[in-house]
Amino acid sequence: MIYMERVAIIGVGQTKYEHGKQGNFAELVFEATSKALQDAGITRDDIDNVVTVSSDFWDGRTISSMAVSDASGAFDRDITTVEGDGTFGALYGMMRILSGSFGVTIVASHHKGSESNMNIITNTAFDPLVERKLGLDAVSSAAMQARRYMSKYGLSEEQFALVSVKNHGNAMRNPLAFLPMEITVEDVMNSRKVADPLKVLDCSPVTDGACTLILAAERQAKKLTRPAKCVWMKGVGHCSDAYRLGDRDLADTRALKDAAKRAYAMAGIDDPRRQIDVAEVYDAFSYMEPLWLEGLGICDDGKGCEYTERGYFEFGGKLPVNVSGGRLSSNPVQVAGLAGMAECVLQLRGEAEERQLDGAKVALVHGINGMCGQSHCVWILGK
Amino acid sequence: MGKRVGIIGVGQTHHAAKRLDASGVELIAEAVTRALDDAELTIKDIDAVVIGNMDHFENINYVDMWAIDGLGAFMKPVFKVTTGGTTGTTVGACGYYQAASGLFDVVLAVGWEKNSESDTQAAIATCASPILERDAFAGAIGPLATEYSMYMKAFGATEEDSAIVAARDRNNALNNPYAHSRQAVTVEDVMNSPMLSYPIKFLDMCPRSDGSCAVIFASEEKAKKLCPKPAWVHTSVVRHDYTHFGDLEWTFMPTLERASARAYKLAGITDPLNEFDVAELYLPASTCGVKWMDSLWFCDHGGAPELIRKGTFNMDGQLPINPSGGVISTNPIGATALIRIAEGAWQIMGKSGARQIENVRKALCTGFGGCSWSDVMILGADLP
Repeated sequence: MIYMERVAIIGVGQTKYEHGKQGNFAELVFEATSKALQDAGITRDDIDNVVTVSSDFWDGRTISSMAVSDASGAFDRDITTVEGDGTFGALYGMMRILSGSFGVTIVASHHKGSESNMNIITNTAFDPLVERKLGLDAVSSAAMQARRYMSKYGLSEEQFALVSVKNHGNAMRNPLAFLPMEITVEDVMNSRKVADPLKVLDCSPVTDGACTLILAAERQAKKLTRPAKCVWMKGVGHCSDAYRLGDRDLADTRALKDAAKRAYAMAGIDDPRRQIDVAEVYDAFSYMEPLWLEGLGICDDGKGCEYTERGYFEFGGKLPVNVSGGRLSSNPVQVAGLAGMAECVLQLRGEAEERQLDGAKVALVHGINGMCGQSHCVWILGK
Repeated sequence: MGKRVGIIGVGQTHHAAKRLDASGVELIAEAVTRALDDAELTIKDIDAVVIGNMDHFENINYVDMWAIDGLGAFMKPVFKVTTGGTTGTTVGACGYYQAASGLFDVVLAVGWEKNSESDTQAAIATCASPILERDAFAGAIGPLATEYSMYMKAFGATEEDSAIVAARDRNNALNNPYAHSRQAVTVEDVMNSPMLSYPIKFLDMCPRSDGSCAVIFASEEKAKKLCPKPAWVHTSVVRHDYTHFGDLEWTFMPTLERASARAYKLAGITDPLNEFDVAELYLPASTCGVKWMDSLWFCDHGGAPELIRKGTFNMDGQLPINPSGGVISTNPIGATALIRIAEGAWQIMGKSGARQIENVRKALCTGFGGCSWSDVMILGADLP
């Protein structure tokens, strides 16, 4: 690979994640962005461009980025908008810096799902002529994926429930998380069935919140902020699978494998099982965490649940996954992956307080776009 | 430092009011296939893809995912960018930055819209704050009518001045086989067309179209290898204003003034009227074709009407504007600004057919949208 300038995350800011937050989504963006600037120790004057991450569907507003341009500090700046998960917004922010056209970059994402209708909005992600009429949405399609995963590898609902127990438990150490809970596998199994085999506690909650990252090229990062604040964007990869669920084996993770391969190659990771210290993996539904960990090459296909049972991914385990509590504890959709990146920045800096892991040096963050993980973005961050 | 980037292929659909023969994905496939043919590439040569449109027009969530087959993006890196009217230039800029970043060498950038399946005005109205401004700023015509009225009062511009621009662009479209609306009109025809919102009349205003546009960006090394005459990207600049319409300055066009001033500085342009050989401008109404000439620094404030009356921007004038027929002839919204870049690139590559301007070395392309936002991209025959 040719020499490429290094890009750092120099500031992170997050709101508390809640349902039914007061204030409109622009106010959430203002809070997260102000905190990120403060965290980096810089002002808006140091910024030359902004990437917002938003969705017209969730915001109920066309050109939804327009509503947050003031709040994200974009007045008289170069601004653009990525629609999808925050990890893709960070990707575009990094590419804008690497292009040589920009220096310090704000990546700001928001979500106010409590004002929206999840079923209708995610139903519109399906083909309007056939699949949409069936009433498919994020939850019912995820249920099909969970069922396929179970039948392919002989997995049980109890094994998935364990992921929810772990992640809600992790959220107990995260003051920003929406649903910190000490629960048992029985609690998950006894919770209301939403779409077989998924129960309420297998599903992430609709959550409001905003997260902002501040990115900078190495030269500026070193000038503007202390080395302790800098976390480096070492590798990234993204890739999309086929659109129609019927064109995919929903328990196959080929697109994620491709994205991970790109990210690992760029970051010089040749043995992810040994080289990664902490991971934030997209867990909007309990079964997704083991499935995606397989795609990420952390364990063999079909072995994710076994690893979960062995405590491999627990806080204090060999590879702690979703120490923040994950999406199962707070799922502000467009923000989800960016919040994962923020969590890993805090871990790598040693600023994660009660949930701080010892000696975390390399972190993996994963976000998805589309239904049942059609498209994936994988990040490797490092100190 | 990033890489220099050239445009090596362009494709667009035959735009129309209603493309009943094609779905949205098929429109996208039509543009993508033509761009690949134009560049003499196959989909295997594409390293990454970016797409844009506006959600509320076709009611499709995750368009980047839905469009995979049309984009040829199966098992490729793809994501979506969207910024309202400027979506096309946003997509173009994203293609440029991706190829410049060193992460990807050949990047396919696609904009599209199938407005015949939408209630365009109703969707646009939801861009304004639901509490403060949605009732007052419903739709696209009102704000443009307001800004030209103010310009007329301030500088003595007339309805005839904008009618000259409308007749110019609409007659230019006769040379463009891809244009949606192709009709020979006179200044009188424009003046006699129905009033929409004073002083904007029917023939002053853009239509809404079905269509798609695809542009292939490549890093310098690849561009030189793959294309005999790439259109090099000299710079790309975006400027936004305040969030609320009520906060905007209406007599001038501050975002276009700032964006173009910055772009000229980066591209080393000191005398835009003389240094550009062609301009493809996002003029949503012919009135903007008068007033915004000031904002692009072609003249002092108030100087535009005189330039228009002299024919400065005609096909045979000092700086031909919109040989394609512009936005008032073709407007598939998410593609509209990308078509400006595509047409500018074709002018430099010498592929513009009957609308070709001779020996184009530098082309100015713009995008407009949102809350009076402006995007500028400058293309050149020579490396930047």
